[in-house]
Amino acid sequence: MKKLTSFFVLCFSFVLLSAFVRPSGGYQVGDTATDFKLKNIDGKLLALADNKAAKGFIVVFTCNTCPYAQAYESRIIDLHNKFAPQGYPVVAINPNDPAVAPGDSFEKMQARASSKKYPFPYLFDETQSVAQAYGATRTPHLYVLTRQGNALKVAYIGAIDDNSEEPTAVKTRYVENALTDIMAGKPAAPNSTKAVGCTIKWKKA
Amino acid sequence: MSFYKLLLIGSLLLLATPSQAQQVEVVKFPALEKRLSQPNDTTYVVNFWATWCGPCIKELPYFEQANKTYAGQKVKVLLVSLDYASQLDKKVKPFVQKRGLKSEVLLLNETDPNTWLGKVDNTWSGAIPFTLMLNNKKQKRAAFEQEFTQAELTTQLTRFLR
Repeated sequence: MKKLTSFFVLCFSFVLLSAFVRPSGGYQVGDTATDFKLKNIDGKLLALADNKAAKGFIVVFTCNTCPYAQAYESRIIDLHNKFAPQGYPVVAINPNDPAVAPGDSFEKMQARASSKKYPFPYLFDETQSVAQAYGATRTPHLYVLTRQGNALKVAYIGAIDDNSEEPTAVKTRYVENALTDIMAGKPAAPNSTKAVGCTIKWKKA
Repeated sequence: MSFYKLLLIGSLLLLATPSQAQQVEVVKFPALEKRLSQPNDTTYVVNFWATWCGPCIKELPYFEQANKTYAGQKVKVLLVSLDYASQLDKKVKPFVQKRGLKSEVLLLNETDPNTWLGKVDNTWSGAIPFTLMLNNKKQKRAAFEQEFTQAELTTQLTRFLR
């Protein structure tokens, strides 16, 4: 009996020790997104407010290492090339802790962005506070923000399209449809979708 | 043939060939949904994973351990791979073979998570690993969008089965 009790005490202390830092809640569609200042791959700090001409942003939490993020990489580039001229540029953010995912270090981000010629900023969320504020849980995890007065409102959260494996087999382009609605002054329908992705590699507490 | 007969035959086959690695059945979502909505007193421990997911692979042995610990009890460990069906022979089967996985492995062959993810659990945002514990007869369910340590899984499963 004593053995069993100490076993449970051991289990319990393990649970306490291994408490993960996890986002609580995060943004819902309609919420105001607070701005941030994060280090871009060029070493400079970047805030959304720096781009005053933008009508909104396609904020995508992504990374170097997740196969789903890799599968969507060129589609994210395409999104930027299509929608930046219409006022909705992509802002990519890597939220992973390099201590957990060494392939997602700032240097590796620079290398990836340069070899794939990212046409958008690729920011390092070193403290993971931005991912936590947004409620991002995975890579890729995408948010469309749209400007209303001085505020940036969350207008869409979710998937890029309905087929991660085969870009040519995509039937529904969720984020493009959402942007089309938003640019027509309508609420995105649907305004949120589900997608599979890699867990964000949170710092071990 | 009824589901139970199939299951019986399947289990007999598994028992008859203990040394061979098991097959990986490819299913569409309605089949999985049906499987998980049986009104029986079995506790299902359903782990969604993929061969490309590091944290998933790390915790697979813990689910294998649970499968072993609760063998002969009304506990069913199901490992649902979200690998692409095109990777079945190239990645998934060799992986299952190499690791000698004893828990039942399914490959969910669906392209658009938006059509089924919410039906597994409304709170699931889509990150894997994801684990669902459910018992339909007792009308209990618990969802975990996280990776487990061995101790955490033991604790949660013990709590669920209590």
